[in-house]
Amino acid sequence: MTSGAGRPAPSTGTTPRAVSVVARALPVPAGAGMARILVERNVLAFRRGWVLLLSGFVEPVFYLFSLGIGLGALLQTVTTDAGEQVPYAVFVAPALLAASAMNGAIFDSTFNVFFKLKFARLYDSVLATPLGPRDVAVGEITWALMRGTLYSTAFLLVAAAAGVVTSWWALLALPGAVLIGFAFAAVGMWATTYMRSWTDFDYVTLAIQPLFLFSATFYPLAAYPDAVRAVVAWTPLYHGVALERALMLGDVGPGLLVHVAYLVVMGLVGVLGAARRIERLLLS
Amino acid sequence: MATVGRGMPSARWAPAFEMWWLLYLRTWKGNLISRFLLPVLFLVSMGVVLGDLVDERTGGVGGVPYLQFVVPGILAAQAMWSAMSESTYSVTGAIRWNMGYHAMLATPLGVGDVLLGHLLYVTVSVSMATVVFVLVGALFGAWVSWWVVAAVPVVVLTGMAFSVPCFALSAMLRDNVELGYTVLFRFVMTPLFLFSGTFFPVDQLPAVLQPVAWVTPLWHGVEVSRDLALGAPDWGAVALHTAYLVLLVMLSSVWALRAFRRRLVV
Amino acid sequence: MGTVGAAAYSAGVDEALVEARGLRKEFGDFTAVDGIDVTVHRGEAFGFLGPNGAGKSSTMRMVAAVSPPSGGTLRLFGLDPATDGPSIRARLGVVPQRDTLDEELTVAENIRIYGRYFGLSRAEVRRRAAELLDFAQLSERADSRVEPLSGGMKRRLTIARSLVNNPEMLLLDEPTTGLDPQARHVLWDRLFRLKRSGVTLVLTTHYMDEAEQLCDRLVVMDHGAIVAEGSPRELIQRHATREVLELRFVEDDLSGHAAAVDGVGERVEVLPDRLLVYAADGDEAAAEVHRRGVRPLSSLVRRATLEDVFLHLTGRTLVD
Repeated sequence: MTSGAGRPAPSTGTTPRAVSVVARALPVPAGAGMARILVERNVLAFRRGWVLLLSGFVEPVFYLFSLGIGLGALLQTVTTDAGEQVPYAVFVAPALLAASAMNGAIFDSTFNVFFKLKFARLYDSVLATPLGPRDVAVGEITWALMRGTLYSTAFLLVAAAAGVVTSWWALLALPGAVLIGFAFAAVGMWATTYMRSWTDFDYVTLAIQPLFLFSATFYPLAAYPDAVRAVVAWTPLYHGVALERALMLGDVGPGLLVHVAYLVVMGLVGVLGAARRIERLLLS
Repeated sequence: MATVGRGMPSARWAPAFEMWWLLYLRTWKGNLISRFLLPVLFLVSMGVVLGDLVDERTGGVGGVPYLQFVVPGILAAQAMWSAMSESTYSVTGAIRWNMGYHAMLATPLGVGDVLLGHLLYVTVSVSMATVVFVLVGALFGAWVSWWVVAAVPVVVLTGMAFSVPCFALSAMLRDNVELGYTVLFRFVMTPLFLFSGTFFPVDQLPAVLQPVAWVTPLWHGVEVSRDLALGAPDWGAVALHTAYLVLLVMLSSVWALRAFRRRLVV
Repeated sequence: MGTVGAAAYSAGVDEALVEARGLRKEFGDFTAVDGIDVTVHRGEAFGFLGPNGAGKSSTMRMVAAVSPPSGGTLRLFGLDPATDGPSIRARLGVVPQRDTLDEELTVAENIRIYGRYFGLSRAEVRRRAAELLDFAQLSERADSRVEPLSGGMKRRLTIARSLVNNPEMLLLDEPTTGLDPQARHVLWDRLFRLKRSGVTLVLTTHYMDEAEQLCDRLVVMDHGAIVAEGSPRELIQRHATREVLELRFVEDDLSGHAAAVDGVGERVEVLPDRLLVYAADGDEAAAEVHRRGVRPLSSLVRRATLEDVFLHLTGRTLVD
């Protein structure tokens, strides 16, 4: 194992053969149930990177204050798609939470993973150890989610302090953000395995920026013509935004399960695809 | 043959510019999205759709439809984006990854030529992005007046007021480049984008933050751009804003040249 | 290959292209080059030999007129690099230790844009690029990107690029480090051709065989200073014997064996893993060792190399 892979596997009794039955049954390529080692490696690499960590959190906060103060003064209130009249900051905060969960997950699972895949050759050295491709995929996605959770918690606290959180259901917005992160991290990582060069990341931007700008983030779905509305309703971030907005406004009903199901399926498909591709790329 | 290559080109920075231009021609398709499309997406989302909502609720900003208020702001902001994205990683790359500057410096080119050639390329690149955005804005009816054409050079100047300091900073970043740029983009560029009067007048900001906006180049660029695009410019103000931007570019050029010398001549 | 490499130069053979006296380079408190005297004449192949950190690369960067000396005098083509940098660099070709190719451009474009830096016209660089790609055996890859090329190909491209201005003097910093043996031989062959066509070569290396193959004259550097100077053959004659007997043993501690073979040849060197016996006749020395009852695990007779010179001069091996 090279130094790039961090510490050697600790002797915690998990031998390469101690793969859990569940893991063995999954239709994904071999792992050793040791994804946490990769997470540990990432934590190590990030120990001194607290500024980077902080930076992931400040962006949505800047947006919240800019849009809350500035556009809030121009718009006053907005009527949500559920028909409720709310101040603009209250309206936009859940969307920013969802968008930042997406952005963070995509950043971690695309740019970072690509760098490790192609340049640092980290995974080559990781796979020379008992860790398998599934450990890599699960480990990276878990790591992305851990960071995402941190950011989302911080954002929720700031939003609460700014008085834009109106319901106790908002506590569920945290797992909601993690779910959004999971869905995007998994698909993002899958996409990354197809990337050939940094230029290809323009396609990531091409996918992410429109989602950020048009997923009923800054205004209700009602602002669109019907045809556009139908298209937007099928896109992933829209489901994230709708889920978070309903939770933070306390507008909860069984309809939310549709959003949850959409994101869960998206994430699972992503994990399967990513693990298979990593196996093809690294173990062939 | 023995004399070929001895002759010194009259403008030694020209081939340095040419190198970046060649790269641009090779990659423009791939960079189409980041160079031209993103600002346009902002224009549609914030200007057109959100603009309708603002106009419907409060009748725009000071009687001006929101689209015509916000798009001149986005025009200046896209110049900042475009300038900064051309003046960060590519500079670091030429210093330490592909070492393009070092390759140039092994030839008759000097540090000043290398810097000037690259900066002129950024100027051209930002100019093209700005012109394209003005054309797209016209399609959406974002400009009140033809005077917006006069805003183009000042907007490009605004971009360069970000570009040149980025060159200096990039030359000074020794280790942890990633961290340096993250701080630059997330803690400098994003707040500037959001709080420099792009989306709403700065007088809506808390009083303590307003002087901060006045110092930043983006606010000056946004003011000139908006003033001209709305067709009733206050020429005195335009001149002052422009002078401030020129001063920034000049001062930071001295800084960048020093930083380049310190980094490349060792 | 007449079109590649320098045209005929009329100046005398003794014309000094590099003249350094008491040349120094300091980085803060660290002295990289500690007052060296070097003269390189037109047409010769001159080498700086030494381990990593000996000060070779710092010297090369000063000779390339990109790094200002901290002390001493340096004249290149009789000019002062401090004031005539651009005109000096116009006459130089530089192959840096790390390739500085532009990976986003094609092979041919790399040469063409580099030629533009020297003020060559577009038509001229186009023509030169074709010739040089032929010289570097890269014509088939002219339009491919640089990134997928092998290490040896990239190195050849860097050399081809450095020749675009028909330099009078070519500076090569560790030209073959990191290449496999076959790629090294291809590269050496190209450098021979250049030398034959009259280009002055200045190179650094920490490979003995490279210095012996390519250099007419070389200096051995250690800790920023020159410890010996001469042709490879002279240096071996002066600082080593004709042959060397290498002895390996089962034991880790070689001091007993060293004492036992003392006086067999002219000199015995003790290395961590073996003994070196310097003698004019290696076979004769091996027989003597046997007669003394010393039973090595293996014994090998070889000709002395610059490695032995370096060991003798510094008490250290070159590549460790």
